[in-house]
Order: sequence, then C-alpha cells, then structure tokens
Amino acid sequence: MRIGVVTFPGSLDDGDARRAVRLAGAEDIGLWHNDPELHQVDAVVLPGGFSYGDSLRAGAIARFAPVMESIVDAAKGGMPVLGICNGFQVLCEAHLLPGALTRNTHLHFRNRDQALRVQSTSTSWTKNFTEDQEIIIPVKNGEGRYVADEAVLDELEATGRVVARYAGGNPNGSSRDIAAIRNEAGNVVGIMPHPEHAVDALTGPSTDGLAFFASVLAHLAGRVGVEA
Amino acid sequence: MARVVVDVMLKPEILDPQGQAVANALPRLGVTGVESVRIGKRIEIEFAGTADVERAREIADKLLANPVIEEFTVHLPDGDS
Repeated sequence: MRIGVVTFPGSLDDGDARRAVRLAGAEDIGLWHNDPELHQVDAVVLPGGFSYGDSLRAGAIARFAPVMESIVDAAKGGMPVLGICNGFQVLCEAHLLPGALTRNTHLHFRNRDQALRVQSTSTSWTKNFTEDQEIIIPVKNGEGRYVADEAVLDELEATGRVVARYAGGNPNGSSRDIAAIRNEAGNVVGIMPHPEHAVDALTGPSTDGLAFFASVLAHLAGRVGVEA
Repeated sequence: MARVVVDVMLKPEILDPQGQAVANALPRLGVTGVESVRIGKRIEIEFAGTADVERAREIADKLLANPVIEEFTVHLPDGDS
C-alpha cells in the first residue's frame, strides 16, 4: 500500500506522519504542495504544522495548492484522506469537511497528552478501534476550537459523524468537545490531536495512534479483496 | 489610487477570545463603560488600473473570508471620490 503525505511550506509533522505510515507497514510517499501528481497513492495524510505560515487563516492558502485540487477530486471519488491538526484545518477550508477551526478559547497554545473517546468506528481511518474506546494521543494547537452552526453540529451528531471527542477536559473550547469529524462517506477524517506522535512507546504517551494507520491499511486491503 | 478595502469580521455568534482579552484589559487603562470588543481584519487590495469592487468581492468570498465563521464588506477607501 502507498500512503502519500503532503508537504506544504510550513508543514512540521510530515516526517512523523511518514514514519507512522512506515511503522504501520505501508510505503510512505512524499507529495509536494506544488505538484498535482498523486503518484498512485492509495490514501493521503495532510500533516500538522503551519502551512504557508497560517497567513490569513490556518489552512486558507494551502487549500489552493495544486496538490489539493487532485486530493479534493480523489477524496470525492472515495480515496481515504486524513487531515491532522493543520491538515484538519485545510480539509475544512477545502469544504471536504463542514465547520472551521478557530482560536482556542483561552488563547494559549495547548500542548499535552490528551484522552479521547473514539465514537465512529466505521471510517476508513478508525475501523480498528472499538466504539467508545479511550485513547491517549498528544494534542498541540493554538487554533483547535471546532465551530459550526448549531444545525451542522446537530446533523454531525445525528448522523454519527463525530469521530472522537475530548475526554478528561476540553483543551481548546471546541464545540461539544469535538476532536475529530468525518464526511458522510467516512473516507475523509479530520482530527485535531496527533495520532502520528503516538506510534512508538519511546517517544509517545502511547501507541494508540498507530491504529489510525493500521485501520486505513485494513480498509484498503478489504477494498482490494472486494474488487478482485 | 485603485484601492479597494475589504473588512472581515467574525460573525456575531462566533466567540472572539482576542476581543474579550482586549476588553478585559481596558479597566487597567482606567477605561470603563465598554461592553465588548471584537477584532477583525482590514485588507487593502491595490488594482493595476481601476478599482474593481466586484473582483474584490470575489476575492473576499473565495479567499479572504471563511463564510462559516466570518462575514465581510467591500468598499472604496473613505474619502475617495
């Protein structure tokens, strides 16, 4: 399996995301913001960082990068896409996910190990979790407060599209403790905390993050089986 | 000057913690009687040739403002004839 990880100017976590992909047993493929070619990848990760320096708004300029046009088309065709932190912001700006990420209520950059409750296990990226499983992965953001209007929040809840919620304290004032959401089809997931930093007991608070990457491999393996 | 001004503000229902922080600092300046402060962005676009308000509106709609959380107004600079 080939998993692409995009590098925008200002991406920080592309290295860790590629390492997580390798630890999960897939081939990591670097994708470049200025190159629309997706190099036959089976799935894409949009990593954390400060793409284009967060100029204007986090994710606002990255959305117009040549690679994003290809990713938006591929995502609409069902390709799994995971946006982590800044990647989540890019997915919202690109209208692949509803809502927006705004300045943390307390205005502080929050960096800590964070408990989450996984609530949707039918996505391409979370099928290896069990419903209501609690996991601990790092959170680190200054603009991680998820907002959307009440009707959108109600719809996300009613259709089971809240993928994970903060447990044991909301780090940024996010609406309804939302940490991760999905699109209707379940191939696109945006998550504020960082699964790619929790893949190795030496450097992370857990190895819970690995299951996101293992999930997409299981999903892709299943899909290949169906097609064959 | 072929300038068009775009003002971007968070929608009224979106919490503005930066504005709140400023409002909370005002009593320390001895300023009282301020109910709230909200912070937005002013963007000045210089066109080559004539000021194109409609084009500026398009830029604002597609890039400068995020309609999920922000609203914008487009106008020529004050005092311009």
